[in-house]
Amino acid sequence: MVYLHLILASVRSQLQYRASFIIMASGQFLITLVEFAAIAALFARFGTLRGWSLAEVALLYGMVNVSFAIAEAAGRGFDVLPESIRTGELDRVLLRPRSVALQVAFRELQIMRAGRFLQGAIVLGWATTKLGVAWTVPKIALLAASLVGGAATFVGVFVLQATLAFWTVETLEIMNTVSYGGTETGQYPISIYRPGFRAFFTFVVPIAFANFVPAHLILGRSGVPEALGWASPLVGFAFLGACLLVFRLGLRHYASTGS
Amino acid sequence: MRPYLAILSARFRALLQYRAAAVAGFGTQLVWGLIRMMIFDAFYASSAATQPLSREHAVTYVWLGQALFAMLPIQVDADVRNLVRSGSVAYELLRPVDLYGLWYARALAARTAPTILRAVPMFVVAGIFFGLEAPPSLGAGLGWLATLAGALLVGCAFMTLCTVLLVWTVSGDGLARWAPQVTYVLSGMVLPIPFFPAWARPVVEALPFRGMVDVPARIYVGDIQDPLRELGLQLGWTFALVILGRFLLGRAVQRLEIQGG
Repeated sequence: MVYLHLILASVRSQLQYRASFIIMASGQFLITLVEFAAIAALFARFGTLRGWSLAEVALLYGMVNVSFAIAEAAGRGFDVLPESIRTGELDRVLLRPRSVALQVAFRELQIMRAGRFLQGAIVLGWATTKLGVAWTVPKIALLAASLVGGAATFVGVFVLQATLAFWTVETLEIMNTVSYGGTETGQYPISIYRPGFRAFFTFVVPIAFANFVPAHLILGRSGVPEALGWASPLVGFAFLGACLLVFRLGLRHYASTGS
Repeated sequence: MRPYLAILSARFRALLQYRAAAVAGFGTQLVWGLIRMMIFDAFYASSAATQPLSREHAVTYVWLGQALFAMLPIQVDADVRNLVRSGSVAYELLRPVDLYGLWYARALAARTAPTILRAVPMFVVAGIFFGLEAPPSLGAGLGWLATLAGALLVGCAFMTLCTVLLVWTVSGDGLARWAPQVTYVLSGMVLPIPFFPAWARPVVEALPFRGMVDVPARIYVGDIQDPLRELGLQLGWTFALVILGRFLLGRAVQRLEIQGG
């Protein structure tokens, strides 16, 4: 599989800088740990957040961070797309008889995202232990599918951000508010936000389906239709699919910068 | 003093040109502030317990942090990083000015021009729509301005120290990459310092980072009544960081080897 070679080449090249990898990954691990400590400190003062306990919020927090870490590892190649467009490097990619989207995505698999992944996984593990979730096979499957579905949602955002560069030829930093802002938003129950904001991260960029909706089933909370809970991972994939369609549209619009 | 003022004013005017970046930065900080504001709203609505800051003060604190985000010393001087990487840093040594002064002046420009572009619209938007309150008294406002200047000085001293670390390529670069994370947490950007657990506060309050966000913000809302003491702390830390930065730069220059070519 040629894509596997691309991934391995990227990982090997990053491992050449071992010291900087360790520093970066541990730095990310620590900062995300402190961020969670900040949430715990708020719960220590306020006790509850609109009927959600710290452990329940920790489940949401862990889920969204694991999803985002997977997405960053897999889809950050799209970050360099605007650069490739500007330099004309993309023309070379187009010449190869392989999927453009996959080539772009796998050009750079950022393994230093391991820090965020690890931290999200630890918080997730702590939350489920603390909550005493009664694990069944369907629930485990739902959790796993939701994590991947959430990752698909974030990759979709990266794709969209990169696609805009076909028209603007530069990175639109403001889109970071959707990816990073979406992660930040998803760390708390979506129900605490104001209606317009909540609607955006439910219906436009469906981050609510990455953790909030399926978490209801995992926690046994009411308030979300059961069928919708089980179907929530599909929403993420549908969103990614739509974003890839836009990407193809952009690709058709693409005229090399000629540099 | 004149060459440094010239550098400062040239960089300041150059950085004022980046309006598109300012718009993007403003948008990012606005969304961030909104998220934080809504989270605090939800927490305050969930509990009647007395908190170290009132809801209005906490929200104002959040907006001050977002409005003045560009003043935080979290981005090392990219130009200097490239100079070190390419070896051109040698040319910096040839200039007939003090290198530390040169870098400090650049840091000052980098922390002021972008901040002005972002802060002014943020004060207007957050002030009209999202609960950024005015200072309760003239004294609080003046104290805020004074400690804001202190925050700028201590922040730039810390930034220049990080720039100096870059000269130690690999290990220095790694440390400089950690600096923003540490700054972000200990300044009060992630969580206002009054919400920190009691055991952590004596340590956090003694460190220089609190002077960058927490001190001016709490003087602004009237939570801290004694700006002079805080200003003294900020200036003391500025002095210490400048001394440390100068010492390390001296050492770095002594051991610097430039590849010919």
